[in-house]
This record gives sequence, C-alpha cells and structure tokens, in this order.
Amino acid sequence: MLTDQNWVLSVGVFLPLAGVLVMMFIPKSDELMVKFVGLLAAIATLGIGIYTLVQFDYGQADKLQFAANTSWIDVIHSRYIVGLDGISLPLYFLSMVITVLVMIYSWNHVPSPGNPKAFYMLMLVLQVGMAGTFVAQDLILFFVFFEIVLLPMYFMIGVWGGENRQYASLKFFLYTMFGSAFMLVAFLALFFKTGGTTFSMTQLADLVQQKYAEGGLTSATMNLIFAGMALGFAVKVPMFPFHTWLPDAHTQAPTQGSVILAAILLKLGTYGFVRIAIPILPQAAKVFAPWIGLLSVIGIIYGAWCCLAQTDMKRLIAFSSVAHMGFVMLGISTLTSYGINAAMFGMVAHGLITGMLFFVAGSVKDRYHTLEIKRLSGLLKQVPHLGWIMGFAAMASLGLPGLAGFWGEFPAILSAFQPAQGNLDLGIGGLSLNLYRTYMIIAAVGTVFAAAYLLWLFQRTAFGTPTAEFAGLGADADDHHDHGHGSHGGHGDDHGAAHDADHGDGHHEKIHDVGVFEWIAWAPLLAAIVFFGVYPQAMFKVLDPAVSLISKKFGG
Amino acid sequence: MLATFIAQATAGGWKSPSVDYHALAPEIVMAGVVCMVLLLDLFLPEHRKWMTATLGGFGVLGALIPVLTLAVSSEPARVMFNGAYVVDDFSLVLKALFLISTYVVILLSTTYVDEGDYYEGEYYTLLLTSALGMVMMSSSRDLISIFVALEFLSIPAYMLAGWRKRDTKSNEASVKYYLLGVFASAVMLYGMSLMYGTTKTTVLTGIADAIHRDGVGSAGALAIVFMLIGFAFKVSAVPFHQWAPDTYQGAPTPVTAFLSVASKAAGFVALITLVYVGFPYGIDVWKPLFWVLAVITMTVGNVLALKQTNIVRMLAYSSVSQGGFILMPLFVAWKHTPNGLQVNRDSLTAIVTYLLVYAAMNLGAFGVILAVSRKTRSGEISSFGGLFSYSPALGVAMTFFMGSLAGIPPLGGWIAKFTVIRALASDGSGWAISLAVIGMVNAVIAVGYYGNILREVWMRPVPDGDTSPIRVPSALGAALVICSVATLVFGVLPNLILRFGDHLDLAGVLGL
Repeated sequence: MLTDQNWVLSVGVFLPLAGVLVMMFIPKSDELMVKFVGLLAAIATLGIGIYTLVQFDYGQADKLQFAANTSWIDVIHSRYIVGLDGISLPLYFLSMVITVLVMIYSWNHVPSPGNPKAFYMLMLVLQVGMAGTFVAQDLILFFVFFEIVLLPMYFMIGVWGGENRQYASLKFFLYTMFGSAFMLVAFLALFFKTGGTTFSMTQLADLVQQKYAEGGLTSATMNLIFAGMALGFAVKVPMFPFHTWLPDAHTQAPTQGSVILAAILLKLGTYGFVRIAIPILPQAAKVFAPWIGLLSVIGIIYGAWCCLAQTDMKRLIAFSSVAHMGFVMLGISTLTSYGINAAMFGMVAHGLITGMLFFVAGSVKDRYHTLEIKRLSGLLKQVPHLGWIMGFAAMASLGLPGLAGFWGEFPAILSAFQPAQGNLDLGIGGLSLNLYRTYMIIAAVGTVFAAAYLLWLFQRTAFGTPTAEFAGLGADADDHHDHGHGSHGGHGDDHGAAHDADHGDGHHEKIHDVGVFEWIAWAPLLAAIVFFGVYPQAMFKVLDPAVSLISKKFGG
Repeated sequence: MLATFIAQATAGGWKSPSVDYHALAPEIVMAGVVCMVLLLDLFLPEHRKWMTATLGGFGVLGALIPVLTLAVSSEPARVMFNGAYVVDDFSLVLKALFLISTYVVILLSTTYVDEGDYYEGEYYTLLLTSALGMVMMSSSRDLISIFVALEFLSIPAYMLAGWRKRDTKSNEASVKYYLLGVFASAVMLYGMSLMYGTTKTTVLTGIADAIHRDGVGSAGALAIVFMLIGFAFKVSAVPFHQWAPDTYQGAPTPVTAFLSVASKAAGFVALITLVYVGFPYGIDVWKPLFWVLAVITMTVGNVLALKQTNIVRMLAYSSVSQGGFILMPLFVAWKHTPNGLQVNRDSLTAIVTYLLVYAAMNLGAFGVILAVSRKTRSGEISSFGGLFSYSPALGVAMTFFMGSLAGIPPLGGWIAKFTVIRALASDGSGWAISLAVIGMVNAVIAVGYYGNILREVWMRPVPDGDTSPIRVPSALGAALVICSVATLVFGVLPNLILRFGDHLDLAGVLGL
C-alpha cells in the first residue's frame, strides 16, 4: 500500500530538470518563451505536488508513503530511498508552491542584470534540491540534495543581488559548506560505528539503539556524532551564534532569493534536526536539548533586539527570521510531541509569512528604490494595498491569534512549560523543568519584543504621510501638495547613493500600487496565512502522527 | 639490472624470460605510435604537421583496445619477469586513466601547438613517450621497473615544460622542474639502494616478505622514508612542492594540464604500489609520515592558493592541495589488528576514484582556461570576468569544474572527497577521524578560491568590455564535452566510477 505509486516522488523532484533541459535550447533573447517554459515546468511540478497531496493516505501519516527504494551507489551502500510522511509533506508541498509563486512574481520583476533564462533555470534547479531534501530517506541522498541548493543560491545572491552581493554570497556559501562538512563526517561515523549496511535513516535509527543496548556504542561517541550533525543543521537554520551569514544573505539577495531562502532553505536545517539528528540519536539529543534550548532563547531575544536596531526594512525582516527560528528550535528542544508539532507548524507558518514580508519588501524597493525605514512613510496613503498587505503580514508575523504565525509561536512557548519527561526504556532521563520554564518566560518576553519591532516597523513605514522625496509620485493625486513633511535624510548613505547612481533620476517614476502579477503571486500566501490561522488542525493532523513517533522516544 | 642479468647468466644457463605479448600489448602499441609519430614528422611538410596530433590521438585510442581486451579476459593477473611487471585490474584501470588523459591532453594541445609556432612532431613524440612511462608505471612492482618507468615519464616532461623556448618563464619552468626532479630521483635511488642492501631483493613482494621476516631496521626505515620523499616530490606534496607553481605557470598550458593530472597520478600510482605491496610491515615508518604530509599539503596548498591572482598558479596550488586529499587514504592503507596487519580496501577505492574524478575535472578546468585565454591572452583570474554573460557554455563548464573541485554535489568531486572521508571513517581510529575533520575543514577553505573563480565568471563585469563570444576550436570543444559529461555523470551516478576502484586487490599477492 505504502509503496504504491513509487514514481510520484521521483517525478515530483526531478520534473523541474526537464524544464531546465528544454530551456537550454531556447535562445536567451526569447525572454517570454523562457519564462513561459520555466513557469510551466514549475506548475507541472506543483501539479504532481497536488496529486501527492490528494493521494496521500492521511490515516497513515506516520508512515513513509510513495516509498521507493532502489540501488544507487552500491559500493558505498547508499541507496536511492525516498518516501514521504506527515513531517515531510507540508514542507515538500510548500517548496513547490513557493517556486511557482516566485516565478509568477518574477514575470515582470527579473532583477538587474536581467537574463531571465539563467534566473529561471537556477530556480528550477533549486526546486530539485529543496524537494529532494524533504523526501530523501537515505543519509547520503539527503546530503546530496542538501548541497544541490548551494550553487544556485550562491549565484542567485551573487549575480542578481544588491550592492554587497559578492561578499554576502560567498559568506553564505562558506558557512553552509562548513556546516555540511561536519555533517558528512558525522553521517559516516554513524554508519561505521553502528556497522550499518545501508545509509537508510530508519535502519540506522534501529541499529543505534541495538548497538547502544549491547554496549557497542558509547554515549560519548553518540554525542560527538550528534554534535557534528547539529553543527551542520544549526548553520542552516541558522541558530545563534551561527546566524551571521543570514542577515547579509537576506539583505543582499534579490527578492526571489530572499523568499526562497526564508520560506524553504532555512527549513532544511530544522527539518534535519527533526528528521535525522533527533530520531536517530535520541540519547544524545536529550543531552544537547538544554543547550539547543538555550541558544534558541538567546536567538529569540538577540534577534528581536537586532531588529529594533535596524534601519533597513529587509535587514529587519532577516533578523526577525533569527528570532522566529529561535521559537522553532525551542519547540524542537523540548522533545515533546507538543513542541515538535508547534515547531513544524512554525516552520511552515514562517515560510508563508516571512516569504510574504520579503515579497512586500521587494515591491517596496521596486517602487521607492530604497528600504531605508526613515525615508519611507505613508505607504498606506500612497500605496494602500501594499501597505495593508504589509500590515497583515506583520500582524501574522508577530503571532496574532487567528493568523498562522500564532500556531507556531504560542504552542512552542507553551511546550517549554512541560518538556520531555524521559523514557527509561531507552535510558533517557527527563529534561529539567525549571530550566525550560525559565526558557519559556524568556521566550514569552521575546514575543513582546517581536510585537514591538513589527508594529514599530509598520508604524514608521505605513502610517503618516509620504516623505517629501516621494510625495507627489503616488497614484493618488491628493498627495501632490503634501510637501514639507520630514526632511529626507539617508540620501548620503550607500544604499541610497548607489541607487541614485543606478537609476539616475528614477525617483520621478510614478509609484503604483500592487500589480496583477503581484496579486497572483501573493494571494495564495495570504489565503494560506488566514486558512491555517483559523483552521490549524488541517496541518496538525498531518503532522501529529509522524511527530508522535519521534516524541515517543522521549516519553511523550 | 645488468648486474642481475650477469649474475643469473653466470649462475647457470641464461634463460630468456617468457613474455606475455597480450599483457604487454598496450605498451607495445604506444611504443609503436611513438616511433611512427617521430618518423611521420620527418616526412611531413610544415603545413601538414597537424597530422602528427591526429596520429598520436588515434594511437592512444588504439592502445586502449588491448587494455579493454585484457580487462574482459578472465585471467586474474598476469605476472611477468619474476613479479617485476604485473598486469592486474589495478594496473588496467590506471592504464586506461593515463591513456584517456593523454588523449584529452592531445585534444587540448592540438590548436595550441598548431597556432603557437612550436615544434609539433617532437611535442607529440615526447608527450606519448611520457604517457608510455606512465602506462609502465602502473604495472611496475619492482624497484627497478618503477625507477625506469619514472624516468621514462619524467625526462620528456622536463623538455615539454620548456617548450615555449623563447619565453624565459618557460625556460625557468623546465630547469626548475628538471633540477628538482633529478634531485628527487637521486634521493629515491639512494633509498632504493638502501632497501636492496637490507632486503637483498628489488621485487616489492620480496621486500614485503623480507621486512616481515627481519623487521624494518634503521636502514630499512631510512630507505622507506627516502623513497616516499622522492615520490612526494613527484606528487608535489608540501614541503616538496616548490617546483610546482613555477613550473605550472611557465609551461605551456596543455603541458601543465598533463603534469598536474597524469604525471601526478603516476606519482601516486608508485606510492600506492609501494605502500600496499612493498611496505605493509613498514607501517610504523610511513603512517606518521603520511599523516603529516597530508595535513600540511592540504593546508599549505589551500592557504597559498587563496591569494593567487594568476589562474594557472592558483590551479597549481589547488592541485597541491588536492594531492593532500589523495594522500589521506594512504594513511589508513593498513591497520594493526590483533590478527596482524589488515588492509583497508576502502582506501584503495578512494585513491583510485579520486584520481579518476580529479583527471576529468582538472583537465576540464585547463580546457576552459585554454579556450578563454585564446581570446583574452591573459592568465589573470580577473580575465574571467563576465565569462558567463558572453560565453554561457564555457561559463557553465567552468562552474562544473570549479564546483566539482570544491566537492559540491551533484558534481563528480563530491564522490571523490566522500570516498576519502569514508575510508578514514572506516578505519575509525582517532587519528583517522581527526585527519578526516582536518580534510573537511580544508575542503571548506578551498571553496574560497574556487568560489572566487565562479564569482569572476558569473558576477564580475567583463574587464575590457569586449563581449564578443569565444570561438572554441573543435578539438578543444570535444575535450571540454568529454570532461564536463564525465564530471557530471561521475557525480550523479557514482556507481559507474566506484566500480573501477572497488574490486581492486593489490595486496592480495601478499597473502595476508
């Protein structure tokens, strides 16, 4: 039953490559055709995704479905094993949706220096890596997919990014490589120390317990292996103190890159924790959980404070990701069903909401050629739709009940009230109540900061009246006489100066409200934020069976 | 050798050794091709000299045919000359590697040598002679045949390095390579003579038995160290790497490609046979040596590569650093166990796989450099600025090769690095794991300079604003296609390549 239709996942993962192949033969100058084929490939892939969603047996969400298992690299005992359970499904599907939406958005927003052919091809290759990571059930296969996203993202930031793109892209690349290097050594050590015969995740998880019970695997070894994996995933998440690549990468990346980065790429790290590190090495996970929790709450507070200090809208959103991923990791670190469910939900919600915020930031930048908060004002007057969408996304991001963000954040905090109680069968003790309750309080304080920086951002950019430099450019003619409000500082800063140089007197273009491609790209995100906010059960019921399987190891 | 013959002759009745002509067919074909190229060159008018390249290319492919027939023949290993020359699966895989690399180098050379007003016939004669030496090296299991093969492949290479004879840099390259190479040979010969003195034999299996019987001894230890250092020069391991950057930069680019891939691989073949067949019981001597050599070779090569501005020089240091990676599995080639020494099969797989993948990606990188420098006439890294914008195919090819050298899946390099780390992990000792971690950290540092090339190719503006596309000559294009396809296929379907390395059993003859 569960191995029925074993072609579905492989087609879903590799279909974008067919698009890449076709696009190779379309001349670069035929931009419309290039975009059309690219989008078509992404939509076809999404079609497979929808089919997966429909055919998925929700009654057995804890089991791997559509499983395929065939030989791949016999010599090193790595097999091509793919499968999908309740944990993978939402992220797998989200990656497909985001790719399509980003491509729609790119239809008339290909960032400078143009070349949609390369841009669309890279997005399709990225999609292969992202979807593949979420279905791979073999460690080596996982590693390969995990790394495939590196080069396309490197080019996306480095070629189509902002002023400091080359520095940011290399930093992103090096950090991730650094983490995955340790991850790979950890995978191999795990394989040899357990005497595994395949790199299959489920098999290795069983072998670890067997070896541990026999005394063939010491706690120290398990801890070292876990540390190696955790380092690889923590860089990707990114957890404090490995987060420094993120603000640069996000700020410099083109809008599309930021959206993909926030919505999917960061999840590869948290997914790795939930899928690989914790279930395979539960004993070590318990040892490290308090430390992960500590880094998470530091990330929550530190990220929020950094947000308060930002003058650039995109950079602020980037730092808010650090804080949000802190909530996700806090949920994971409780090792309870409640916490991991919240974390998984939080991952998807953060993908939708922060993706949306980056879209908005990109559109603001398109119109105003700046993201300097103090130069922006009165978005609600000049571009009311855009302003309200931004307000909506900000509310969702700060965890307003009724919107998706709430169900990621609130239960994650609450889960720290009662962390895992331990499972003596596996020799796993409970986590310290007092410690986690302290974390809970700190995290709760973090939500106050989150409200502060998001509302402050919204207030400064959306309320009021447009600054003098942009007044009179709006679609609304009433703004014409609205001079004399605030001096437009920030002209001297490098962002502004560079763009002044780039665009000449581009400031005199008319500023339009949300366009049709933007509406098409954003509507599904907005709808999903509301839908999952009102009816979170839709996702929890998919997640819960698979999550319970993990939390059972910790007595949950 | 003469002394042995005389001794044998006087001892009683000289008997001609039996020769397995099938086993020697690749060498015989190559020798024939060398002579034909040389003769043909005498009678060709100047404007037809290109035919020497064609003949050379076909000759190399012709030599591949007996390699294939030998590979499919069921006979396990053909041992000749009292074990001095062995044709087994290991040697066949490497012979194929050397022949195919030489073929690709000929493709890379064709236009370069034709347009550059160089001596054409002699160039290919020397190139093929050197390749013949490599083919011999992969079968040599005796100190003397190893030495003969080494000189056979080195001496033509010294001359090739100085082929741009009016360019002082090229002269410097040649002289430096020659002097250091001869010095290394001398050190190695001294080691060999010591080894013969202590073990009374030159055949590697005999040496292994002798060391097993009598222990290494101080002279034996010195002999092992000297021989390994001699080959450390060949594979340009730090601190014996000083010749490499100058020679690579000064030599004609196709020759550099040849040196950095084939010549280096030949050095590793010798190291492999010595360690696996000759010196397993010298483990306490070479094991620490390889650990240190591997670590400093990777690290120093990497750090120096980071600050290069000339692309060939950067690739020279990168190849030093890659050499450090190939040295790592040698550290775990053998292992002490309660039941005596145990060979680590994974490590041989790793080295052979690495050499195969490395050949594809490094030759490809030199191919792109050749193609680009036809337009830019520059060897600076900055001359690659904006390559993707005006020549997307070359840009993507360069991305493949650099990404592969950096070890990023799904390009071939990852499986090479992976097998190396796997070999170390399968050994499991603390030193092996620490070596693996140092190796991975170095792999990340290496991304710095490979990424730098990619940054030029994709993100920087065209330096002089000249965006006319590059016309790639057909031979060069063929080489690039071969290398790109190999690099990609090795990475996506690693089984294809791992199979070659996996069933090799060099140490089987020792019966351990």
